[in-house]
Amino acid sequence: MNVELYQQAIKDLARAGHGSGRLSAASASTRLDNPLCGDRITLDVRLADGKIIAIGHDTRGCLLCRAAASWLAAEVPGSSPVQFAAAHRELLALLQGAATTPAIRTSLLPFSPVREHKSRHGCVLLPFETLRRALTEAAAN
Amino acid sequence: MSFDPKALRAEFPLLMLAQPPLHYLDNAATSQIHRSALKAMSDHDMFQRANIMRGTHRLAEAATAAYEDARARAAHFLNAATPDEVVFTSGATAALNLVAHSFGDTLRPGDEVMLSLAEHHSNLVPWQLLRERRGIVLRFLPLTADGRIDLAALADMLTPRCRLIALTHCSNVTGAITDVATVVAAAHGVGARVLLDGAQQVQHGPVDVQGLDIDFYAFSGHKCYGPNGIGVLWARGEVLAAMPPFLGGGGMVGEVTPEGSTFARPPQRFEAGTPAIAQAVGLGAVLAWLSMLPWRAIRAHENELLRRLLAGLRGRSDIRILGPVDLDARQPVVSFDIAGLHPHDVCQVLDRHGVALRGGHHCAQPLIRHFGLDGANRASIAMYTTQADIDALLDGLNDVVAVLR
Repeated sequence: MNVELYQQAIKDLARAGHGSGRLSAASASTRLDNPLCGDRITLDVRLADGKIIAIGHDTRGCLLCRAAASWLAAEVPGSSPVQFAAAHRELLALLQGAATTPAIRTSLLPFSPVREHKSRHGCVLLPFETLRRALTEAAAN
Repeated sequence: MSFDPKALRAEFPLLMLAQPPLHYLDNAATSQIHRSALKAMSDHDMFQRANIMRGTHRLAEAATAAYEDARARAAHFLNAATPDEVVFTSGATAALNLVAHSFGDTLRPGDEVMLSLAEHHSNLVPWQLLRERRGIVLRFLPLTADGRIDLAALADMLTPRCRLIALTHCSNVTGAITDVATVVAAAHGVGARVLLDGAQQVQHGPVDVQGLDIDFYAFSGHKCYGPNGIGVLWARGEVLAAMPPFLGGGGMVGEVTPEGSTFARPPQRFEAGTPAIAQAVGLGAVLAWLSMLPWRAIRAHENELLRRLLAGLRGRSDIRILGPVDLDARQPVVSFDIAGLHPHDVCQVLDRHGVALRGGHHCAQPLIRHFGLDGANRASIAMYTTQADIDALLDGLNDVVAVLR
């Protein structure tokens, strides 16, 4: 039942809005749109000593998209880009069911009902893809 | 003639077979297909499938006759002067692109095309692409507060360089019907042609293109109870005759030599390659069926449901209706915003009530932004919609708020 999409943990994440607002002195900034639904996120990332130390974002999107952006800002700071990439892979596995599913961290599990709703995968993945691109840009800088 | 929407539902197989019961209110995106179209397509491919034109065997003769009969039915539905004014396309988008290319090729740098901020992207992006190719100027009619095209601005914005006014006949977001007579009068004053995007109008009854005194009309089969992959461009005969081809290929030529080609007369000039024959036959069948329906009774039915929907939405303080909130000059398409709730989330929760609604920008981003939004919920009523469908939506909205807040 799709009401599970909107379980309390997801609503709490979206409502908390971790990382809402733009960062000053960002290492990189990236804006991505989901042209299918109009969701848009502008995300800033700040790095120091090879670690992501802060994420800020302006997210105009659905509850799932806002929850995913909030998750990033709450969970990723303190991680290296490689560690973020691992989380990104876990989310993809959670949604798309890769043949060799890696162990998926508990904090991502509230997103598991989205798996059954392919049209919503992009909502959850948009913030992750935005951060991935921002990190690529930061590395190039 | 009487009209019984519940009995009519039996003529739409998907509605009858859907389990659990379906409250389909996404008709502005795609309506359900009428059995006449299904049968015509099935019969065509089972009994007279062949390529059209030039074949001398009996199947080719039969297929050509069926295809041309479909063209005649489309002409009748539109009250066109002759079937030769009807060009089959893959849909309204292809029809509008055809005009932007072929009529567009007759425009010169600095010529103007007048659009509005209420257009579907299909009647906006092709003109932007033409602007890149030909250096034309696009002008955009503004909108009134309730999202109607502000025709009061037309006189000041029209110049002698305007060659075409291309507007939606009915908004796919607000349901507002454009005041065509005012547009045509203004266009004639400067010698401009008039194009109407009829994608949201034809499902609500036949159109009289001669009575409207316009030059181009475009619509899709899949929004008027017909098949996907087929649509119509109607254009006044002398306008079509003056337009160069769009796509090149078989069927649209006279003589072909290595040095060059001559081109067939319309409509074949604009139908390069093998068309979607069975789909055209299916569309012809459904247009013939639509042409016979009791439209006065259908409009009364659709308006009764529209009134119920608008009243239900207006009764909620957290809902804002986008566009006209009365029944004047509008079709039963209603977009609305629920404070703080994203349309995709709203539609997702409604789905568990069997309510099919559409959320998003509806391929009309300038119009949605006019309302200060990124997206909206849209309920669109068809002739087979029932009071139970409207009530399922209104009841479902209570659950939406309970789940998402």
